[in-house]
Amino acid sequence: MAGYIARRLVWMAFLLFVITLLTFIIFSVLPAGDPAVARAGRQPSAELIATIREQLGLDKSKPTQFLNYIGDILPFVGGNGVYFGFSYQNNTEVLPEILERMPVTIFLTAGAVILWLAIGIPIGVLSAVKTGSWMDRLAMGIALVFISAPVYFLGLVVLYLFDNKIGIWKLLPGNSAYLEAGSIGEKAAALFLPWCVLAAAFAAIYARFLRGNLIDTLQEDYIRTARAKGLSERRVVFRHGVRAAITPIVTLLGLDIGLLLGGAILTETVFNIPGIGRYAYNAITVSDLPVIQGTVLFGAFFIVLMSLIVDILYAFIDPRVRY
Amino acid sequence: MPPLLEVENLQVHFETEDGLVKAVDGVSYSVDSGQTFGIVGESGSGKSVSSLTVMGLTRARNARISGSVRFNGKDLLGASEDEMRQIRGNDIAMIFQDPLSSLHPFYKVGAQIAETVRSHRDVTKAQAWDRAVEMLSLVGIPEPRRRADAYPHEFSGGMRQRAMIAMALANDPKLLIADEPTTALDVTVQAQILELIERLQSEFDTAVVVITHDLGVVAEMADEIAVMYAGRIVEKADTDTIFAAPEHPYTWGLLSSIPRLDSPRGEELVPIGGRPPSLINLPTGCSFHPRCPYVREAHKRTEPKLEPVPGRPGHEVACLLPSETRRKLWAELRQGIKPGDARSDVMEEKAL
Amino acid sequence: MAARSPLQLFWRRFRRDKVALAALTFIVLLILVAIFAPVIRNVLGLPDPNAGSTEALDDFGLPAGPSSEHPMGVDALGRDIMSRVLDGARVSLLVAFIGTGLSVIIGVTMGMIAGFYRGWVDTGIARTIDVLLAFPVLLLGVGLASACSGREGCLGGALQPGLTVVITIIVIGNWPYVARIIRGQVLSLREKEFVEASKSLGASNTRIIFREILPNLVAPIIVYATLFIPANILLEASLSFLGVGVQPPQASWGQMLSDASSIISSAWWFMLFPGLALLFTVLAFNLVGDGMQDALNPKSSRQR
Repeated sequence: MAGYIARRLVWMAFLLFVITLLTFIIFSVLPAGDPAVARAGRQPSAELIATIREQLGLDKSKPTQFLNYIGDILPFVGGNGVYFGFSYQNNTEVLPEILERMPVTIFLTAGAVILWLAIGIPIGVLSAVKTGSWMDRLAMGIALVFISAPVYFLGLVVLYLFDNKIGIWKLLPGNSAYLEAGSIGEKAAALFLPWCVLAAAFAAIYARFLRGNLIDTLQEDYIRTARAKGLSERRVVFRHGVRAAITPIVTLLGLDIGLLLGGAILTETVFNIPGIGRYAYNAITVSDLPVIQGTVLFGAFFIVLMSLIVDILYAFIDPRVRY
Repeated sequence: MPPLLEVENLQVHFETEDGLVKAVDGVSYSVDSGQTFGIVGESGSGKSVSSLTVMGLTRARNARISGSVRFNGKDLLGASEDEMRQIRGNDIAMIFQDPLSSLHPFYKVGAQIAETVRSHRDVTKAQAWDRAVEMLSLVGIPEPRRRADAYPHEFSGGMRQRAMIAMALANDPKLLIADEPTTALDVTVQAQILELIERLQSEFDTAVVVITHDLGVVAEMADEIAVMYAGRIVEKADTDTIFAAPEHPYTWGLLSSIPRLDSPRGEELVPIGGRPPSLINLPTGCSFHPRCPYVREAHKRTEPKLEPVPGRPGHEVACLLPSETRRKLWAELRQGIKPGDARSDVMEEKAL
Repeated sequence: MAARSPLQLFWRRFRRDKVALAALTFIVLLILVAIFAPVIRNVLGLPDPNAGSTEALDDFGLPAGPSSEHPMGVDALGRDIMSRVLDGARVSLLVAFIGTGLSVIIGVTMGMIAGFYRGWVDTGIARTIDVLLAFPVLLLGVGLASACSGREGCLGGALQPGLTVVITIIVIGNWPYVARIIRGQVLSLREKEFVEASKSLGASNTRIIFREILPNLVAPIIVYATLFIPANILLEASLSFLGVGVQPPQASWGQMLSDASSIISSAWWFMLFPGLALLFTVLAFNLVGDGMQDALNPKSSRQR
């Protein structure tokens, strides 16, 4: 078991290195523009550009820049603490801005996760047990629609219908409501529609996925054995069936959480929620590359971290994996 | 004493988009308390489906089941699901071919055995666990307490099958159905498992139904054997008779494809030519006729019925050849005269 | 019953799925619409997609809704929406088919090379696949797209914002999935007897690849292609929504949704029609994909 974890850690370190390299290439090597010019503002003089260039270390060779970059982002190497770059736009450091927005993103993610698991899993199990029934067909049909609709379309439709300022039926806090919310209660209310919209697509995916897995699992020999033992159908389906079928879902869940913690760009944009995703979107609209780079790196770290956690968790769930 | 298990004219048909699959087409047999009954046949003969149906495990929505199955006088086919659940794992238990896929990979072996105990007996977890350990010891697994804490994939093939047997017998069932219990195992281990089943059977007076494609497996164990082909029983007799005086060409085929120590040196093994028939489009008349070396015109039109052999009440055969002809043919086979061999007296009488 | 070829069996089973069949018809129609968009525009008397006009805006400068002149209404710049939706169909389909097609070709090639030649070639490719699959491709895709969305583009101007970037991202994101599956299939297929037999008869490697292995890969390739197309359509739409995909004035459904988001309450048609177009298109591809999987593998768990 320890060996398994150790191997995963090494792999994770390698992955993080490659990600860092790739982000560096994408943002520092590929763009044809000159970041010093971009930072210098309007009508810069040649000297200003040169000064900035020196400040940013852009006068050094690419590999050196890369090494400096690694030094910047690692906590104990280099002199600056952890440094993700400076926003062009706001002249603020990227990392603190990201961290400041983390609580919102976490709140959004947590609510959505709970919602989609609460909806998706029971539907998946029910559909699998009653395959072919009208309930199954209806559920899977609706699920397919939610998977096919882009989340921003769902968001816009939902806002159009329910936003309490501009919607047809003014029921729920909508766009920008979070910015105006004070207490936790108001914040949660402001996040209700985004939770629903975000959860809809995921619940659909999870329901379909679980249904497929469970149907396959229920064909396995050990299910036949369980029935031959005279166990109650509920026990067979849940303790034998779902228990086995749920393992890939755990993996998927980890990856999805990792993805969302990096910022649900699309949802946060539509609902104007001040999370990491919105921060990234604002940066995209003005091509504020350091911010984008920082959020991409941050998000990527999370995903790799979650996949490591999920792998380790998997070993706890499936005894066959430990050896 | 009435038989423990009575199967009468059991039919299991599946409605599929390609047609009606007659998996089991009128099977009748009975098993007495403490007896060992062997069911032998190729894949597709219906041997497994008939037993799964006895247990009430044929759940496909397109299954049409008819006939009667009585266990200790109680009708099983008409029983409710709750009643069947009380019987499964308790009065009737079943073990399957592949013990690795038949045990849940995520639960310890001891837990799986304890689970079956607790679902039929009102005992504490500790008591159920003790019973699990006891059963593991009974089936000859060394260090049973430690082994109960292990997972199925940590066992060897033979030990896994032993564990399955332990699980099946944990509640002292009156009937054990063993579906191809040794097929997935090494040859050396096969004998051990069969021996184990025999030993446990005599210790607990359990009736056993052994399902297999290999006559050799049931040669020692079974009291009575039924040979199945294409969903029907084609021959049924006590074991000695099946081996000494079988009267169905299919049985002869099965026997001659087993290596025997007493056969003449250099004698070839004769596999049965042809392939198992489609269960949707069964051959007309006698379903074995396309592969039978002794087929006659009339056999393509008339279906044989399972009838007792004259002079031997416990021996039933479904064949259109007259009994004397069959006995002569068998005698010839014993002398090494194969079908189509010119020396055959019987074959000259063939009217084709 | 005469033996049917696998293709016939497949088609027969697929045909029975009425919903999938309807979806397939929709897609065929959509493709026709995309190809003949200019013709349709002429027939319906719609203005050019990029021709904005202030006539269509009302006194407050707000766009007008559906009318006989503009069946789907008009956007904030006075451009006819139906016209733009038709145009957007071209983008979505182009991106989906070309992007997916390229990914599949590259993926299959890499997978087959890895599976067939083994050794360090295989290890190299397999490790690359593992690394790429572990990445948050969407994230890097957004990153790449935005890095290249400056005026000068990327790679010294070789990669300009717009369709090329989107397709590049799609290809980078998809090919590892295809390659991994194909590699697995090739590895298991090459041990099978018919390949051994072929080899013992002296067949050359290329022959083995094309005659023996490739035909067996057709089914999984189709399945993956149908899975990827709807995802890629959504990916393009999302990138365009964020402003880093297809660039204005070229119409894209995702971008139209983005433009619409600030005026949804006053111009519901602006968000509705592109959104529905996206929804129906992706839904249709998903249904066809499901139908194909069921037809290829009748015992699969999707059976209704």
